[in-house]
Amino acid sequence: MTSAEAFISIRKVSKYFGAFQAMADVSLEIGQGEFFSLLGASGCGKTTLLRMLAGFESTSSGEIFIDGQPMSEVPPHHRPVNMVFQSYAIFPHLNVADNIAYGLRRQKLPAARRQEMVDEMLELINLTGYGKRKANELSGGQRQRIALARALILRPKVLLLDEPLGALDKQLRERMQLELRALQRQVGITFVFVTHDQEEALTLSDRIAVMSGGRVLQVDTPAQLYEAPRTREVASFIGNMNFFRGTVRCNGSAMAAIETEGLGTIPIPAAQITRPDGASVQVAVRPEKFALSASRPDAGQAVEGQLCTTTYLGERSHFYVSITGKAEPVAVSAPNSHRGMEKMDAQTERALWLSWSSDSIVILDAQ
Amino acid sequence: MSTGSYIKRPNRALQVYAVLFLVVLYVPVLFIPLFSFNDAVHVRFPLQGFTMRWYSELWSRQALWNSLWNSVRVGLVVAVISTILGVLTARSITRYRLKGKGALVGFIMMPLVIPGIIFGVALLVLLSRMGVPLSLWTVGLGHLIICLPFAVATLLPRFEGFDPSIEEASADLGENGWWTFWRVTFPMALPGIVASLLLSFTISFDEFIMAFFLTGTDPTLPMYIWGQLRFPKEFPSVLAMASLILFVSFVLVFIAQWVGRMGLESQEKEGLQS
Amino acid sequence: MAETSLSKSRSGQAAARASGSRLTRLLNRSETLRGYLLMAPTLLIMGIGIVVPFLILLMISLWTRQGFGFDTTLTLVNYARAWSEPIYGALLARSFWISGVATVATVALCYPMAYYVAFHVHRNKMMWLILMTLPFWTSYLLRVFAWKVILGYEGVINSGLSAAGLIEQPLAFLLYSPTAVIITLAHAWAAFAILPLYVSLEKIDKSLLEAATDLGDGPVARFFRITLPLSMPGIIAASFLIFIPTTGDYITPALLGGPDGTMIGNLIQIQFGAVNNWPMGATLSIVLMLWIAALALVFLLITRKMQERIA
Repeated sequence: MTSAEAFISIRKVSKYFGAFQAMADVSLEIGQGEFFSLLGASGCGKTTLLRMLAGFESTSSGEIFIDGQPMSEVPPHHRPVNMVFQSYAIFPHLNVADNIAYGLRRQKLPAARRQEMVDEMLELINLTGYGKRKANELSGGQRQRIALARALILRPKVLLLDEPLGALDKQLRERMQLELRALQRQVGITFVFVTHDQEEALTLSDRIAVMSGGRVLQVDTPAQLYEAPRTREVASFIGNMNFFRGTVRCNGSAMAAIETEGLGTIPIPAAQITRPDGASVQVAVRPEKFALSASRPDAGQAVEGQLCTTTYLGERSHFYVSITGKAEPVAVSAPNSHRGMEKMDAQTERALWLSWSSDSIVILDAQ
Repeated sequence: MSTGSYIKRPNRALQVYAVLFLVVLYVPVLFIPLFSFNDAVHVRFPLQGFTMRWYSELWSRQALWNSLWNSVRVGLVVAVISTILGVLTARSITRYRLKGKGALVGFIMMPLVIPGIIFGVALLVLLSRMGVPLSLWTVGLGHLIICLPFAVATLLPRFEGFDPSIEEASADLGENGWWTFWRVTFPMALPGIVASLLLSFTISFDEFIMAFFLTGTDPTLPMYIWGQLRFPKEFPSVLAMASLILFVSFVLVFIAQWVGRMGLESQEKEGLQS
Repeated sequence: MAETSLSKSRSGQAAARASGSRLTRLLNRSETLRGYLLMAPTLLIMGIGIVVPFLILLMISLWTRQGFGFDTTLTLVNYARAWSEPIYGALLARSFWISGVATVATVALCYPMAYYVAFHVHRNKMMWLILMTLPFWTSYLLRVFAWKVILGYEGVINSGLSAAGLIEQPLAFLLYSPTAVIITLAHAWAAFAILPLYVSLEKIDKSLLEAATDLGDGPVARFFRITLPLSMPGIIAASFLIFIPTTGDYITPALLGGPDGTMIGNLIQIQFGAVNNWPMGATLSIVLMLWIAALALVFLLITRKMQERIA
């Protein structure tokens, strides 16, 4: 995405709180109608970035553009964005309808029209008839939806969401995730969504920016982030990952190889390797990309190992297999596709074969 | 309540103590209205019969009404000013990252821990050196100094429990600073504001220690009562006055506390629910 | 649909340009500046009301009376008098004694009450709190007067007891004595003790007590090992809130102290009244404050040592 197409353009933004650097030279482009997530652990700067988009924090350096307009002189109440706060920030002294209609005051609409819009919103969030109720008497999930409606009724160009589902229990959260996604598609507004829950980000987003220590590590689609992380940090932040030290072996021919601790020599097409012969790399393999078998498979690469521990998780199990040449055991994840697999944990020390295919590995720079 | 946890099981001795305590706390004060209806000049047992004459006699005392009016005027002005300043102070303490916050708050709360006489004396000296004559204004200034800590103490918890993102939400939805204050901050702080007004008024109305030093020719009501205390024959009338004052103070403070704490409780409830 | 947001951003920019005076931009950027500005009127008033008067008080204490005015040569002669003439020291000592006893009595008597409301009241705590503090909010003068009426030679207690036939002669020690002052002070300042005690008791995490029980402590041990130490901040606060203001009280001694119950406050008051020796009054006030500060420091050090030993 180029700067010309981007709807939200964040250019080289840094932010200091006193001596503390909360954001370092962050640049991002977000397209119109995208569901874009900022993902990272607490303190990585994602909320700071969101608040800078909303106008509650100023940038120490750099520029933010929304729909082509620079935002540095525009105070929050004049920006074409609206925010759903982490605590929902529902006005306790107003009822539901007045909360939703709060931002409409400046438009000086006739009362009938305002009521119509409020009713439309109530229907959208499935709270028809709740208009006269006191807003702070409702449950968390209901207040979250009111906060959403209150923002959406103003037809913002961008909706900012600050960990809106964090306070909800698991089932409600999963349901709200689907509702949010559907809502976004229906309304077509650009969503910028902040979360520390990687599953949530993977489920909802068109693209994700993984952040850490005030920097953006990688911006990609969920699938790309998961299957092709570019650094060890990104790789281990999202999902689980096995890492193997390796050395590049290429001699100019079409096929090169990586000598890997524990997995042996893995053949790789030379075109996929960008580092010279002898360079140190890390080979990363997701747990579900390994297959376990009792005997050596006929074709493909495999290595023998010993089962250390099993963790049973209901729909799948995690197996930890120790192999020669590697200190920590390899994490393998497999669905419990038929009965009997849960009994595997009683068979520790049993000899197993680990196999994988070449296109399941990711090559990263050595740490 | 008997199904409560072990730690909270009831304790008979303490319950009895608590009731006795309240009795001892209130009874001395309740003697005042009791004897104000007593048909005798001397305040002692046995009671001599019921009469309203001490009250009806109050009606004709011009000096009493004047001093009452003085106290009301001072009280109103002091209540409004101290509440406004209290709101500004509470807001600046809770909303902004200020260095030396603790010291500032301690400084403002100092009048609570310094003997009133010292304030009265110090202000008297200051005013006389500045050549300012003593009057109801000087009394008001003295009252303002001691009411401010109470106003701040009343308003601070209200503003502390205030979710900052609520004002941000209002800004986000298009309202500038002024409108945000009127549509969101003020209504939410209203119970605290009412409590502060009532409390400040009551404190000023009842205040005597500083008024003693700072009053000019117009006495406040407590000053008038003090003057009457020289004459034992006036005691029953003083009792009648006192009863009326006590009653009004009780009602005002009760409302102030009720309103003040109600608001706090609902604030806590919001915090729990989200 | 899109027009609304678009027009909002355009008008926003125009508005931003129009209000672009440097002052507003400075205020918008600097949060701390705005914060201090808000507090400025209050700080100003408190400055005028506290700092300036005290400075002037200090200044006057270094002057001496001369006729109807002041001899403004700086001198410490007032302080010398306050130190050497026995009456001042005696009155100060008596004031601290009376306040001290009243403080101890009040805190000790109010502690069980605060304990009760914090631990044993489950419904309507607010009601109890209001009830406990309500009397305090009424006129101090009237409450002292109430005790005068009660303790008097022919007052409530005496006439009641003799009407009930329990005594023949009225009890003389009730009024016009230090005892009367102590009783009145304790009663009048009870609310100042209850609130801090209640707050610190209420804050104690109940699961700490449950843990202590689990580890073998009975109710008495629990109280002395957990509750009492953890409520220490409240006890200290209550003690300060009662001791400090009462040392300077002049109403109570004036109404029911008699000659034996006079306190330093009365002496200060008449310096500004009948005796008309303002410099001396100022000196006594400052001496009083210095002594209060010293005693407070000693008290804090002692309690800190105690807390360290407990912990």
